[in-house]
Amino acid sequence: MMEKVSGRAIVLGDNVDTDQIIPAKYLNTAEPDKLAPHFMENEYPDLAGSIKKGDIIVAGKNFGSGSSREHAVITIKGLGISCIIAESFARIFFRNAINTGIPVIEAKVSANNLEKITVDFRNSRIFCGGKEIEFREYPEFLKNIIESNGLVNYVRSGKW
Amino acid sequence: MSKTAVEKIFSEKSGTDSRAGDYVVANIDYVMANDITAPIAIDAFNDLGMSAKSEKIIIIPDHFIPPKDINSAKQYKKSKDFALDNGTWFYDIGNGGVCHQVMMEKGFAAPGRLIAGADSHTNTYGALSAISTGIGSTEAGVIFATGKMWFKIPETIKINLKGKPSKGVEGKDIILHILSIIKNGGAAYKCMEFSGDIQYIDINERMTMANMTTEAGAKCCFFDTDEKTIEYLNQRNTGEYKIVKSDDNADFEQTIDINMAEIEPSIAIPNSPDNVKHVSEIHEKIDQAYIGSCTNGRIEDIRKAATILKGRKVDRRVRLMVVPASQEVYNQALREGLINTIVESGGYFSGTTCGACLGGYMGVLGPDEVCISSTNRNFIGRMGDKTSKVYLANPSIVAASAILGRIGTPEEI
Repeated sequence: MMEKVSGRAIVLGDNVDTDQIIPAKYLNTAEPDKLAPHFMENEYPDLAGSIKKGDIIVAGKNFGSGSSREHAVITIKGLGISCIIAESFARIFFRNAINTGIPVIEAKVSANNLEKITVDFRNSRIFCGGKEIEFREYPEFLKNIIESNGLVNYVRSGKW
Repeated sequence: MSKTAVEKIFSEKSGTDSRAGDYVVANIDYVMANDITAPIAIDAFNDLGMSAKSEKIIIIPDHFIPPKDINSAKQYKKSKDFALDNGTWFYDIGNGGVCHQVMMEKGFAAPGRLIAGADSHTNTYGALSAISTGIGSTEAGVIFATGKMWFKIPETIKINLKGKPSKGVEGKDIILHILSIIKNGGAAYKCMEFSGDIQYIDINERMTMANMTTEAGAKCCFFDTDEKTIEYLNQRNTGEYKIVKSDDNADFEQTIDINMAEIEPSIAIPNSPDNVKHVSEIHEKIDQAYIGSCTNGRIEDIRKAATILKGRKVDRRVRLMVVPASQEVYNQALREGLINTIVESGGYFSGTTCGACLGGYMGVLGPDEVCISSTNRNFIGRMGDKTSKVYLANPSIVAASAILGRIGTPEEI
């Protein structure tokens, strides 16, 4: 697992559901490159095109609610998003992120859109607009999966 | 120590003495995936290079089945080939249907079991006193290989149902009412347990309620087992199962009392299932009326629709689509003459699929179109164009609205 990431904040609101993240009409493929251009297209048609590799999603409550589609995580990975910060996550989205090795952090962060954010995983700190926000460490169990870079690698390592 | 039902089941399946909040690795009785989620699960399974726990795996294509385009056909074929090559359970069109309905009809869902499904509405089997929960694809692939999965044992919200629902109030109305209180995300990571006067709620209505606990963000749902549960299970090939119940003094996160007698026929207006009004407040004109899905596509739902449609005509501006949730439901509707009634009223009756509910195919909405639907979600663009609107209601209200050409109730026709 990486120690630190920095990127521009892509600010989203509460209750962003997986139908918004990737509409079902695109679920006839699971290829990241084909899914990524359609990220949030119903609400923000130009957003996917403006996202740069390394950007960080900063969202409100219940991020990723709705369907179990792992395509939502694949879409976000396909955009090169380095980390997702949300005040809270819907449970299947959270599992998918942990299990496929994309960093997710539960924290309330008020950032301006495109503002620079740095996440220090080692010290559980977020730096944004001159402020420092501490976030809760993962329980040991989840840390092992995250540090293996996902569930498949964790199972392969024989620790399970 | 006293425990909730979900604590007992996770403890047993993980061989531990665990409580809410504990992380466990639990043995899964069954794992289900559909044509959208199975292909990614199969990739994860192949990455592991292990053999399949075939007797635990159920593959049920339903989202884009029959395939709507070449890419869907590839995903379907990948799912089917995996099932046949590994000798897993497999239900194709002709003997399957919407994945959750098939899981219950074929006896996989039964009390005390722990079932994981790569579909968010896996919560549905809580209607039969199983702990069943939606998971992602990668983890489904890991269960294919190991038969196990990690979980955080959820806290339980006890929903104490009191009183008898009024005439015209269905399971859909009860769960919409509860969603209006708990809200989207209000039961996140938790188990919603229904107890109290459940004798007034038939099994099909419990399935509708359990199904939509997902819309509160719940991890799972649990109905107490009663005579109605046993009667349903006795008609299915379930094998052995074990009845589990929460202890009276178990540690519930909260208890919510619901007076079912006070609930009125309800409707969820765009764009969230928790945005609930009395149906009498809404009169919007509609373009499509849809009865089907894992929420309300059962034989009882189709009977209700046929009763309302009999001898009447669907309004000329409305497409009425009735899609049975399984082949078994289809066959029963055929035997009872319900298909004739629906078709003679001007409705469209199709084979099984859940494509329209998620805007996949077979009933996609165009710009500014309005649909009243017996399904479970009305997010922005859920059933089609981002400017289209979806209202959620029980199947009787959907059928009545199809005749009226606008949202309305059976009493108005």
